[in-house]
Amino acid sequence: MIIPIVRTALVALRRDRVSLVLSFVVPIAFFTIFAVVFGEQHDTVPKIKIIVVDEDQSHSSQQLVKGLESDGSLTVTTKPAPTKDQPQPGDYTAVTAEAAVKAGDVSVALIVPQGWGANPISFRVDSDEPAIQLLNDASDTIAPQMVAGLLQKVAMTAMPETMAEQGMKYSEQYVGGFTPEQHKKINDGLERLRQTESQPDSARTGTANSGSGGIIAVKSRSVVGENKKSPMVSFEAAAIGVMFLLFTASGSAGALLDEAESGALDRVLSSRITMSGLLTGKLVFNILLAFTQLTVMFLWAWAVFHLDFFSHIPGFIVMGLCTAFAVAAFGMLLASICRTRAQLGALSTLLILVMSAIGGSMFPRFLMPDAMQKAGLWTINAWAIDGFTKVFWRDLPVTALWQQVSVLLAIGILLFAIARRIARRWEYA
Amino acid sequence: MGDRTSANSNPSISASPSPLPLQIDTLIKRFGQVVAVDGVSLELRSGECLGLLGPNGAGKSTLIRTIVGRVIPDSGRVTVFGAAADSPAARATLGWVPQDLALYPRLTAKENLRAFGRYYGMTGKKLDEAVAWCLDWAALQDRAGELTRNLSGGMKRRLNMAAGLIHQPRLVLMDEPTVGVDPQSRNRIFEMIEALRTRGMTIVYTTHYMEEAERLCDRIAIVDHGHIIALDTKEALIHNSFASRTQVIARLDGPAGKVSAWVAQRGGRLVDATAEFTIERPTEIAGLLEGAAAAGLELVDLSLRRPNLESVFLHLTGRELRD
Repeated sequence: MIIPIVRTALVALRRDRVSLVLSFVVPIAFFTIFAVVFGEQHDTVPKIKIIVVDEDQSHSSQQLVKGLESDGSLTVTTKPAPTKDQPQPGDYTAVTAEAAVKAGDVSVALIVPQGWGANPISFRVDSDEPAIQLLNDASDTIAPQMVAGLLQKVAMTAMPETMAEQGMKYSEQYVGGFTPEQHKKINDGLERLRQTESQPDSARTGTANSGSGGIIAVKSRSVVGENKKSPMVSFEAAAIGVMFLLFTASGSAGALLDEAESGALDRVLSSRITMSGLLTGKLVFNILLAFTQLTVMFLWAWAVFHLDFFSHIPGFIVMGLCTAFAVAAFGMLLASICRTRAQLGALSTLLILVMSAIGGSMFPRFLMPDAMQKAGLWTINAWAIDGFTKVFWRDLPVTALWQQVSVLLAIGILLFAIARRIARRWEYA
Repeated sequence: MGDRTSANSNPSISASPSPLPLQIDTLIKRFGQVVAVDGVSLELRSGECLGLLGPNGAGKSTLIRTIVGRVIPDSGRVTVFGAAADSPAARATLGWVPQDLALYPRLTAKENLRAFGRYYGMTGKKLDEAVAWCLDWAALQDRAGELTRNLSGGMKRRLNMAAGLIHQPRLVLMDEPTVGVDPQSRNRIFEMIEALRTRGMTIVYTTHYMEEAERLCDRIAIVDHGHIIALDTKEALIHNSFASRTQVIARLDGPAGKVSAWVAQRGGRLVDATAEFTIERPTEIAGLLEGAAAAGLELVDLSLRRPNLESVFLHLTGRELRD
């Protein structure tokens, strides 16, 4: 008696495409996304982008920069990308590097100050010796720590003779002087180290990989968000908010399917209301709904998590309305494509979860490989989150939102135009 | 529409200086290979109630939806008070009660009426008065604040009708408004329609229930396979098909093959194991009885019936109305 039950359930499942999609396609899509972001694909492991400004230009500083550049975990930039206005841009300075961190171009910038090479190994940050400055964006809690650690590693591996010289110097200073014989042996050793250093990387053997921290003095400073009370709240409010906005918008737009099924749509279209008028009305409602939802979410973040909401009202309104427009149009498109509520449920779940995963609603995009970060730019989530981050995290003015605003408006217009075209199927028989 | 319809067109209508509530001229609508409406022509007089009587799938709803402008015909022309169907002028004068319960279930009865009124551009006092009239007409005043999804089936039907009249149209198309309602609710709906008729409303009423067409309609168009195969008053339709003849309904006991052969031989029809014959004079009954006995069939039951619209449909199509 069990087999007939199983057989009946199997036949029912086979004919229920929605369940099939939710059972098999959604998990596989998610598994793939998470595997790419956190998994085993070594060739796409994300590198940390940093800016390095070498104000010192000493042998030691050049060795350090060279060491950082050759580290597989970092993508080191020393000058901005060429533009039409500046086809051959000069090197970053401390000021422009800080501006780049503030603008979100990179999470970390390292400034090697003038005079650092005279005494590169300094165990004490509070000493008077010039220390490397690590400028970071506090929203990225991982990159600064990784860079600080890598800096120590590079010091050990890329500047061995400097390490030895400095070590000898400290020994003489605190332990006492060396005998001439000891000096000779040390100098011979240093010479061998210099010769090894001058050889190509492939010829070297036995490089130290010890991670003993604190060899190089680093002064860290958050240049973005240093005064924020809850660093990730604005990011989370935008990230989670947009994801649920998408769900709400598609659910709300699904009312169109209910009306089509009940015949109310036909009745409405037999009145003075046209299809364009009807869809526009639904779009406006969904925009208002989404904007209200965002407002409630950010007000909650203000009330409970001390988000500085009221200082960013203009930026919030601009980004909120543009985001609401894009997600509302997205919902209208889904509703116009689908034939039933069940179809809409399956398709929206699949698309929204995928968009949210690669668009940064589930985990920050800076954790993702480059290709995934670029793919995220095809999602509403990424542009909305970027915009809200500019407003609430970077405290940028409304004019700085032009890129996000343009893209979100373009997405909204395009999706709504397609939805209107597809909705012709309801217009006449 | 067939020749009968044209023959029954009232010349005085065409001569009328004011435009007719509804004029349909050689309307054709195909869905793929299926011809849903096949050359229908008809005219409707002001204040008239025209019934479209036909089985499911005959093309009644497609015809109605074409008049409303929701279906674009392949050829032909529909005008409502002289304006092309789907024009704003036609929409303003046309009310539609669709077969489906085309309402917002999460809105109250009153909110539904107000919503549809606004869709026709009504506001303020005019809308308030129209809503009040509709609630009164549909006997829903007591349930005005009730969510539509919580109303009974009959109440939803009445609200569905009221929503079609909220903008006070001059011509109303009712597409099987009594589908799925109990007899008591059906009677209430009949009373609502009769109340409209006393106000001089022009109505097109589609149904596959003969009794409804007989009770409510001045003229009846019999629709089958997209054609109007007959259009006239009930009496004229019956007279045209049966003149003064009467139907004899006989139930016979005997081998099925023998029964059907005998019925066919006597010029009758076998419908659900019941034989139907048409006779001119009552004296012909004796001949039928004798014939049955001679054929070795036992007569179980016999009755006389005046031909009705169902008989007309059967006579014209060879099929029952509810096939």
